[in-house]
Amino acid sequence: MRDNEPETTKSSKSSTPLPVLDSGSTRRTALKGAAVALGLAAFGKAVWPLISIPENVSLDEFLQQHYKELSPEDKQKVFARLAAETQETYGAQVTISDAPAIPGVKFAYAINLSKCNGNGKCMEACNLENNHHRGVDQSYIRVLEMTKGSFDMEKGNTTFNHTVPQEDKYYMPVQCQQCDNPPCVTVCPVEATWKEDDGIIVVDYNWCIGCRYCEAACPYHARRFNWEQPEITAEEINPDQGYLSNRMRPAGTMEKCHFCLHRTRAGRLPACLEACPTGARVFGDLNDPNSDINWILQNKRVFVLKEELGTKPSFFYFFDS
Amino acid sequence: MAHKFQQYVKGRFPRTGSTLIFLTVAIAIIAAIMLGLSTYWRNSPSLKDIPTRVSDEPPVLREKFSVNIRKPESGPKVHTGLVDSQGKPVTVACQTCHSTRKPNSENKIVDDLNEFHVGLKFSHGNLSCLSCHNDEDYDSLKLADQSRVEYTEVMTLCSQCHGTQRRDFDHGAHGGMNGYWDLSRGPRTRNNCVDCHDPHVPKFPHMQPTFKPRDRFLTPSDHSTTSQSNSGHSDAR
Repeated sequence: MRDNEPETTKSSKSSTPLPVLDSGSTRRTALKGAAVALGLAAFGKAVWPLISIPENVSLDEFLQQHYKELSPEDKQKVFARLAAETQETYGAQVTISDAPAIPGVKFAYAINLSKCNGNGKCMEACNLENNHHRGVDQSYIRVLEMTKGSFDMEKGNTTFNHTVPQEDKYYMPVQCQQCDNPPCVTVCPVEATWKEDDGIIVVDYNWCIGCRYCEAACPYHARRFNWEQPEITAEEINPDQGYLSNRMRPAGTMEKCHFCLHRTRAGRLPACLEACPTGARVFGDLNDPNSDINWILQNKRVFVLKEELGTKPSFFYFFDS
Repeated sequence: MAHKFQQYVKGRFPRTGSTLIFLTVAIAIIAAIMLGLSTYWRNSPSLKDIPTRVSDEPPVLREKFSVNIRKPESGPKVHTGLVDSQGKPVTVACQTCHSTRKPNSENKIVDDLNEFHVGLKFSHGNLSCLSCHNDEDYDSLKLADQSRVEYTEVMTLCSQCHGTQRRDFDHGAHGGMNGYWDLSRGPRTRNNCVDCHDPHVPKFPHMQPTFKPRDRFLTPSDHSTTSQSNSGHSDAR
């Protein structure tokens, strides 16, 4: 039966009367045809609603795709709404920007532990710059008083209240290390925190659900939680605000050091660096071979905190000599 | 029946069965793609409207701005030990007296000094006054080779001994600064030596911390105590 198949084709081409076709072959072809017809019918039925979308409903809306990238105009609307909310809640006129990462720049920070004397001006500058909750004197920085001879930051003390520096102590400010392998980003269940191209890890305060997984995941205790709506007077509000940095945060959201990205992405130095009276802080572009930060990495004894965890911080500590 | 159906199909579409299937599927795929694209274009912004997070500013010239090292105000001064009506210490330029009065080169240490210099604190190695001060012109300073250097160029004087500090300063690893890390966008201002170091007592002074976040680490860091768990919630800020 199957041997006849080529002959069938041949004979149809030569328009000779068809020989008696094999019933098996015929059934297969017929079944295939029926299956295709059914498939087409099903496809037509499936896509029919797309053709019949009402004019005033967008495809995204129709497919219930609520998560789409905001256009620049959409963003401006969001910033205007947030500024209006700040005006209403705090009575302060602010501008909210969303500076993008500078192409080709990778930020890094270094602190000279031979110079830092634990005076805490950096913590204060952070508090003022980033519109922190005045009620708890929130700051992204913690200055740890460490016993000479130990690098264990878990043994560091933040409660010292005596003149500094003490003879047997050294002082280590700890803030977000902007890791290249950030555990806080990995654990976020809603992707409300991510690493930007210049290395800064940011939080979308309006996307954060406040689960605090990131706080638990951070080995540097660098994340802060807003237990309350930040209290701050209108006069003390810094009006130069960034959507991903120092704008007013709602209660129940996480926040963290963002290297003052509203300043640094405009080329300025971070607030904590400018405030440091000892000149212990160095900030710059890791991708610029002539930057101060690169000179330090090449010429000083540099270490990172908890290197064994593999977090790959962009934050370095060094000593003179 | 099968024979008749075959005839019917052959009559309508004079092709073989497999070609028919191929054609039908191809037409269906093309139709689906066209339909999908037309619907997408109808409802979505065009590709050029999709925002990117890359700055569209034109690349700027590197190092357009300069680093300005602050200069000390003109002329060295000495404290008189008096305060004015607002409580500020009164200082007087060295030149006020020493333009006419020869210094006593026998005076090597602070304790030898009298009159204006009484109470001057000095702790800077084994230097004496005239190691740095220029007895020819008290408005200026003097390098180790006795050559004159302007008071505003005090860093040249300090760098004679403090070479490593000067090296670190030149690479941004010593001394505070303000302004811009990116010199293509703005200038940077840097402190000079005597902005932070009193040249007579150069050791950086002790300070009293004034700002403390009320932090979860506020409780003393003694992990062996059990009281930690009691304070759990309220201090976990």
